[in-house]
Amino acid sequence: MRVAFFATCLGDQFFADSCADAVRLLRHLGVDVDFPDRQTCCGQPAYNAGHRDEARRMAEHTLSVFADHEYVVLPSGSCAGMVRCFYPALLGHPSGSRDVGLADRTYELAQFLVQVLGVEALGAGLAGRSVAYHHGCHALRELRVEDEPLALLRGCGADVVEWEADRECCGFGGLFSSKLPEVSAGMADRKLATLPDVDVVTSADGGCLLQLSGRAARRAPDRSPPFRHLASLLWEGVGA
Amino acid sequence: MTAPTRPNDYRAASVATLRDHPGVRDSVGSATRTFDAHRRQAFSQIEPEAWRDWARDVKSHALTHLDRYLEEAEKRLTANGARVHWAESADEALAVLTEIVGRRSVRTAVKGKSMLTEELHVNPHLERLGVHVRETDLGEYIIQLLGEPPSHIVGPAIHKSIDDCRRLFHRELGTAPDAEPDALAAAAREALRAEFLAADLGISGGNFLAADTGTVALIENEGNIRLSTSLPRVHVAFVGIEKVVPRLEDVSGFLQITARAATGQPIGNFVSLLQGPRRGGEVDGPEEVHVVLVDNGRTELLADDAAWEALRCVRCGACLNICPVYRQTGGHAYGWTYSGPIGAIIAPALLGLEEAMPLPYASSLCGACADVCPVRIPIPELLVHWREKAVEAGLAPLTETAALKAFTLAAEHPELYRTGSALLRWTPWKLGGRALPVLGGWMQEREPPEPSARAFRDAWKDGLV
Repeated sequence: MRVAFFATCLGDQFFADSCADAVRLLRHLGVDVDFPDRQTCCGQPAYNAGHRDEARRMAEHTLSVFADHEYVVLPSGSCAGMVRCFYPALLGHPSGSRDVGLADRTYELAQFLVQVLGVEALGAGLAGRSVAYHHGCHALRELRVEDEPLALLRGCGADVVEWEADRECCGFGGLFSSKLPEVSAGMADRKLATLPDVDVVTSADGGCLLQLSGRAARRAPDRSPPFRHLASLLWEGVGA
Repeated sequence: MTAPTRPNDYRAASVATLRDHPGVRDSVGSATRTFDAHRRQAFSQIEPEAWRDWARDVKSHALTHLDRYLEEAEKRLTANGARVHWAESADEALAVLTEIVGRRSVRTAVKGKSMLTEELHVNPHLERLGVHVRETDLGEYIIQLLGEPPSHIVGPAIHKSIDDCRRLFHRELGTAPDAEPDALAAAAREALRAEFLAADLGISGGNFLAADTGTVALIENEGNIRLSTSLPRVHVAFVGIEKVVPRLEDVSGFLQITARAATGQPIGNFVSLLQGPRRGGEVDGPEEVHVVLVDNGRTELLADDAAWEALRCVRCGACLNICPVYRQTGGHAYGWTYSGPIGAIIAPALLGLEEAMPLPYASSLCGACADVCPVRIPIPELLVHWREKAVEAGLAPLTETAALKAFTLAAEHPELYRTGSALLRWTPWKLGGRALPVLGGWMQEREPPEPSARAFRDAWKDGLV
């Protein structure tokens, strides 16, 4: 099986190691990974801000980059949600045309591992580790990916600890975090105030992790727990 | 707290609330989570998806045949002996009151809880006419005494703590400084009872209007709407034109799904059905009943090929209760009658797009509201829809537009993108970040992110992965 890896903007610049871990993980599971180097941005920042024409241009570009791949895998629920949920209407092609195909061929990493590869257990590399999982809103409510990352973490031996606010928005929201920073920070504070005492906090979305870790560091630099991308934690879970 | 008067003040008002009134976030957070837990419990007892489909379909049908059902409702109400008024604007709606107040020499009025009358600014109008008007819903009563607008569709005093109420009632009604909630409610009941008995005019809104029988249906828990609609000699019900449903039988379903979504109850403690004035031989009810069908921007919303779906709203407040943005500040920061996600998607039509800014942006697009809406309004999509309209109208910030245009150009040219994104990675966040657009907003509240040592695409190219 061959997949195209779509690193996403934040993945490329801020989570390059986690992207590499995602690739290692896929290869470990017998998947050949391509990295089409003309890939850029899925267009979500423009789309969410109401700049539909710009979003459409980026969607057209992304469509052309991944036109021929059977599967496209992203280390981000939010960007995967953009492609799966909004590309068909944004590109306005009749159903059955290429864009609908891309929507159907696109997967967030944990979603791909469980739904396509049927992975149940990766290894025991997280045995004895307590983990808090933040459900990114778009993985949860656009992709309806909820149990997959939890099952994978548990499958690696992690103790996924209950977190009262695990399904509440962290306040990132892309440009929202910068347009209304005070309310956005208040939302992160609610998440952090309810965070249980764990070894590591993880999520399938880099944006959420930047928001939570950035706010935690501002509030209490000495007591900030480690925030790791799900891809890195799962690769560690393999125990290879 | 002083509430701002305009949505344009949203950011400043939200900052002021978070900074100066941290108790608001606690009160609102705790009350909305309780409401939401009750909603979840109540929906687990029914087949929620089938109910939501039904509610969406009936409302959409009514809205796409609005002229037919409104005319039918008017015909039936008139046959029942009620007087029907069509009000295109708030001024026209208020003129109905002016006429009644003059003709019937009205000096006192009691009001059941109604968001539409807040939207129309009924109270200040009556006060200008010299009428003493009293809110009779407990929450509305509290905020009327405080001189504040409602902070939530269902729980208007949601931003107040029990201690706020103790202080207020101690001052206004002479209750003990440490009175229990039951004692506070009893004191309000006693004060309000006298006002009910003396009132010349009763005013209410209307949750639903059944076309086939000409019935205005009202949901409540305290009995104040029952008294407001039955004790005074004259009753005026203000009903938004979007409230009409085809049949009284539909109302029966909507009463249930609305109560479950709003407070988690199978049905409100009281349901009042108004069809017209007291008939010969009846001992209760007003002599004169007026139903004012209010547009006030609703046909404009109906004409929008996407946002019209917001007119299905039954004003349950479920989207406010689940909204992490609303929970930070409560409703006042939004600067007009309807706050939270639903307010942000109707404001552009009811107030005008420019006046409504930046409410469509007051959301992280987390999508929680869409999952709880009992009539399946696609709220996040409509927030984006209004953002698109704002961009078309040139209301987006120039720096944002310029930055996104440049970003898009780069995204279409991978080499340019590679260089550009590397620049972003090497921006001296700590030194100059605060002065830059976007980064400045980030840096104000958070530590800068740690960029990767090299971009993934470069690592791949060099064969390091």
